[in-house]
Amino acid sequence: MNSPDPGAAPRLATPHSITAAEFDCQVIENEAVNAEYMHIVATAEPLATSIGAGQFFHMLCPKDGPNGPFFRRPMSVYRADPEAGTVAFLYKVTGSGTRALATLAPGDRLDLFGPLGVGFALEPGWRRIVVVGRGVGLATLAPLAEFAAANGIGVTAVLSARSPAVMMSAERFRAIGADTIEVTDAEGTSGPARLERVLRGLIAGDRADAFFTCGSNRLLLLLQRLGREFGIPGQVALEQQMACGLGMCFCCVREFRVNGGVAHRRVCWDGPVFDLQEAISW
Amino acid sequence: MVDMSVEIGGVRLANPVMPASGTFADGLDKAVDFERLGAMVIKTITRELRVGNALPRVCETPEGMLNSIGIPSKGMSYFHEETLPTYARYSTPLVVSISAPTVDGFASLAEEVSLPGVAAIEANISCPNLEEDGKAFANEIASTERAVAAIRRHTSLPLWVKLSPNVTDIAEIGRAAEAAGADALVVANTFLAMAVDIENQRPRLGSITGGLSGPAIRPIVVRMTWQCARAVDIPIVGCGGIATTEDAIEYMLAGASAVQVGTVTFVHPTAMISVLDGIESYCLRRGYGRVTDLVGALSVEEADETDMEWVDPLR
Repeated sequence: MNSPDPGAAPRLATPHSITAAEFDCQVIENEAVNAEYMHIVATAEPLATSIGAGQFFHMLCPKDGPNGPFFRRPMSVYRADPEAGTVAFLYKVTGSGTRALATLAPGDRLDLFGPLGVGFALEPGWRRIVVVGRGVGLATLAPLAEFAAANGIGVTAVLSARSPAVMMSAERFRAIGADTIEVTDAEGTSGPARLERVLRGLIAGDRADAFFTCGSNRLLLLLQRLGREFGIPGQVALEQQMACGLGMCFCCVREFRVNGGVAHRRVCWDGPVFDLQEAISW
Repeated sequence: MVDMSVEIGGVRLANPVMPASGTFADGLDKAVDFERLGAMVIKTITRELRVGNALPRVCETPEGMLNSIGIPSKGMSYFHEETLPTYARYSTPLVVSISAPTVDGFASLAEEVSLPGVAAIEANISCPNLEEDGKAFANEIASTERAVAAIRRHTSLPLWVKLSPNVTDIAEIGRAAEAAGADALVVANTFLAMAVDIENQRPRLGSITGGLSGPAIRPIVVRMTWQCARAVDIPIVGCGGIATTEDAIEYMLAGASAVQVGTVTFVHPTAMISVLDGIESYCLRRGYGRVTDLVGALSVEEADETDMEWVDPLR
């Protein structure tokens, strides 16, 4: 069922991984990186480190009580390092799953199921792309930026956060040679009007063959509007509550604009990365 | 060697472990070899195009989950063009779960899916989410008989009937299904249930109520399996909260000839294979040559006290 909408236009997509498995990993780090985000690193078998940008693992959070989390939690990979044999995730403690995850200590086991989902795809003709992310959404975009850089594609990263203290990953984007533009609510630089001027400048400077985004409804709407105006394609990584992660349970469906109509797609199976214009803001 | 094969209402299965409808799709083949399964039971199909229920469609509960997915269905052309060819790649018997809003709808859909490549029909007359706040055919003897009899007249395929646990006496519903032509019973579907988020003071499901599944319900459905097994002569497929080998064996001892593994697959995708391997190990360890030796092997000391004494055990 790779084509759930037989009439839909083909869309950019990396193929699903042929196999997915439960990996019994060992936590080697689980620490706060700032006031909002935690960083967890686990050792993993080689297959687990060969994950595509934008794909995710379905994480079995420890039971922290009789009502502990029952479902797994989907989490996009922040960094997969085949040489070190590790995978890393960034997360914010927001509910029972991430609260339980935060209790893990180095040496504890972590069960990861994956890799799952359709990740980002790059077109051969693209020379320079713009990634625009906010908050923990930047964790999803960092591997894409590295994937692009490794394929000789220039990256401009527009990084948005509530304050400079919780700005994620700027060094990581710079390390792959990306131009970074950091905007924050605290500095009054992250508003949509200012961002639109920044993006229009990048478009005028021929820096935007494609847009990539994750983590903000407002950014999605802005990129969709600019994408339509200038005919710039793009992709967005979406989040949704999931149970199975394999397209079986249909709990993570969202509506998408497809061929003038509305189609229902499963974020876990048809995504989590979707065409920028097909996504409907939330 | 243990003979793991079972016969469920006219269908020969290589082993007694299969998925529960709604917790299985082709995507699971990334993690599970479908050739190892006793059967492939697909998500309920309907003739009507359905988009499914409001979000959120699931929530976690202690040792389980609530769902009100609402049977999103892409209709019959999708079934013919996509679903059947997808599963035709496997030699494992395909069981097609069907649902319909009317007796005639059940009958015509059963006829339409009676195709080469379909080993059996599972009639989902028990799904509690579709209409009238959970009311379903399986809620009453008369409507169960009407639906099952109509399906029976329109297909020669083996007919499994999936019962609802949301009834006072499931055994009498099971007997009605048997009398109307069921070849096997699947016991049971999810329990109509509800959960509330006390922070925002709203129901935790978009459709307010939904079906409870997972290990939390298992002891109740084991009881229902035992009651049904005593009431009918057709095989029972036990379904409700099976997560481990021990759970599956519990069901078989209580009278199930096969088991469906459902909700746990969302958490442990390879659970069906673990359960299957575990049942075989148990048979080897206990000296059973055939897995069917387990079925209904429950040892019960018949008590001779009166019913009233049972009600007041502390006396």
